[in-house]
Amino acid sequence: MTPYLLASSLTEPVGVRHFLVVGAFLFICGVVCMATKRNALGILMGIELVLNGANLNFIAFGSPYLRQASESIGLDGQLMSLFVIVLAAAEAAVALAIALNFYNSFNTIDVDRADQLQG
Amino acid sequence: MEAPIYWPSVFFFLFAGLACAFALAVVISPNIVRMAFYLVLSLASTAGLFFLAGADFVGAMQIMIYVGGTLVLLVFGVMLTSQDRFISMKTSTFDLGVTGVVGGCFFLLLWYSALSVPGWRGLSIEQATAAESQLQPTATQLGMGLLGVRVDAPDHSGYLLVFEIISVHLLVVLIGAAYLARARRRKTLAVE
Amino acid sequence: MAQFLIDHPFWPFTLFGPWLPYTLAALVQIFFIVNLVAVGALLFIWMERKVSGRIQDRLGPTRVGGKFGWLQTLADGLKLLTKEDLMPEGADEFLFKIAPYVSFCASLAAFMAIPFAGGDYPFVALHLNAAVFFILAVLGLEVFGVILAGYSSASKWSLFGAMREAAQVVSYEVPLGMCAVVPVLLAGSMDLVVIGDRQAGGFWNWYVFHDPGTFVTFWVYFTCATASVNRAPFDLAEAESELVAGFHTEYSGLRWSFFFMAEYGSMLAVSLLASILFLGGWNGPIPIAHMLGLTFQHGLAWGIAGNFLGMINLINKGVVGVTVMMWVRWTLPRLRIDQVITTCLKYCVPIAAASFLFVTWWQYAFPNGLILSQSPEGYSVYEHWHQHAENAPTTPAANTSAQNVKMLSAPVSAEAVN
Repeated sequence: MTPYLLASSLTEPVGVRHFLVVGAFLFICGVVCMATKRNALGILMGIELVLNGANLNFIAFGSPYLRQASESIGLDGQLMSLFVIVLAAAEAAVALAIALNFYNSFNTIDVDRADQLQG
Repeated sequence: MEAPIYWPSVFFFLFAGLACAFALAVVISPNIVRMAFYLVLSLASTAGLFFLAGADFVGAMQIMIYVGGTLVLLVFGVMLTSQDRFISMKTSTFDLGVTGVVGGCFFLLLWYSALSVPGWRGLSIEQATAAESQLQPTATQLGMGLLGVRVDAPDHSGYLLVFEIISVHLLVVLIGAAYLARARRRKTLAVE
Repeated sequence: MAQFLIDHPFWPFTLFGPWLPYTLAALVQIFFIVNLVAVGALLFIWMERKVSGRIQDRLGPTRVGGKFGWLQTLADGLKLLTKEDLMPEGADEFLFKIAPYVSFCASLAAFMAIPFAGGDYPFVALHLNAAVFFILAVLGLEVFGVILAGYSSASKWSLFGAMREAAQVVSYEVPLGMCAVVPVLLAGSMDLVVIGDRQAGGFWNWYVFHDPGTFVTFWVYFTCATASVNRAPFDLAEAESELVAGFHTEYSGLRWSFFFMAEYGSMLAVSLLASILFLGGWNGPIPIAHMLGLTFQHGLAWGIAGNFLGMINLINKGVVGVTVMMWVRWTLPRLRIDQVITTCLKYCVPIAAASFLFVTWWQYAFPNGLILSQSPEGYSVYEHWHQHAENAPTTPAANTSAQNVKMLSAPVSAEAVN
């Protein structure tokens, strides 16, 4: 593998792999956010980051500029990411409603305190 | 000999750097409102990456629905639950360390696998320029695709059924969220 | 503009690579947009005082700068500059400082995609295919600055104002988007240049007079736009009789004035958008430029001259829109928050949805319009749609942007060296 240098990469087009690395980074950030935050809304933000990383991969695989048009999945990638965006909005609405309900009944939004089912 | 700078790459690294930096800031910041602010910037930079990959409509949608809708909703939730003790909730350093190490390893793995597939390298400059000369607006094609007619790839299937399912799903979510979050008398008053 | 400089290379530009036209075009466009917003805000603040004065049977400012008090805003600006820059003790410093700029950037960024004249070389900084959505999306971001300001001020008034604003803006984006879709439907494109050019040739071609549905839609759009930029009677976020000053209670000096620049900037932006979507954009009520032959068919210079006329036209329409917003502000009392939400969800959304369906039906029933609303090319959406789908790569917009990218990426071409 050739050494990865910024200077040389500025003169040539980026590829799918560059997008994948960024997507992976967003994904990991989201997962870490979900795992460590105690605020219910913070966890929601982590989910948004994860979905966004996935979206970026879809876009990258569907883009005609990043690899040969014959290999790319075409507009399917963009359509998928549209669906992801819409479903993320729906998910956020429901999750927010649940978080507010939780806050109303327990007076906290610390998810570590949501342990009633533990017995 | 000096090769000319390929500007789309420069913009890619700019937006990618911004997106990653702000995503990291979301993880690190303990303050929930600042997290929301960084998340906005991260998602907006990702929209920039979408524009660069030729997905102009999806980029605009990302700004409109994600940043303008979903995140405003999130911030609204933050405001509704904003008591001082919830604004900054510290994570234990141990937790952050462990997840950081595990996540870092996973990221290195993904990085390695992304770089190891030869087909995922970039095009040459000539190929990229040729691809760019065939640039087309995607909005019409996306709309036709959602209605079940694929203009771009006639042999692929359309997405009419998915579109309908998602529409019904959204309706259900709307009703469900309104039901869940409806105003009720709180049984106990907030005790400080 | 970059495209123009590339298509018509003349002497000084041919010496350098393709980067010069881009840099030059970017600088000129930045200059114009910043000045439009800044000078626009100066003018509108003066106008607001004058209009409110006249409506309340007063004179308004009369002295500063000689007649009519036309330098009043400048004096205000000087006063604001010399004010102490206060920050409350419990404030979140970083967010408090950055909030006004977030608002201002959002309102400024919307102007990037607004075309000021159409034709072969449209006067637009960023020719986008999804311009309508882009502008609505970016304008929606303005609310973030307000929310951040409200939270970071550590004041109950500010927080209340910000929460009202969040609820209001999120609800009003729905009917606003629905209304903006109607002209998109009629033009068969989300490109504002195409939408504007499609309404050429006299006021009977404007989309507001296209059919009864669009006429209703226009008024719903204007109501929702007023609400989404937080103007009275929807200015709940800063209701001074209830919330001191709402989200900007704790702000002073220059930061405070940035909020106002943002407000007037987005007022102008939504008015310009309304003009392009419904009121014919850069096409005057009577096609004078067309009669004089100021079009691109007669030559480049004529076309550019016609575009300048069109730009004046559009800006006039935008200013009229802003003036109407002022008139409304000083005439109607402020609504309560529940009334604001009721107006949106119980009236604006159903009306917008119904008129959207009506316009769709109208397009289906009268694809070429009735007697008067015959568009110049006799376009029907269906036809356009099919053309668009078939020869998408050959549409002018596609070509332009493709060439843009190509020129950006190509090394110094042989042509340019010669």
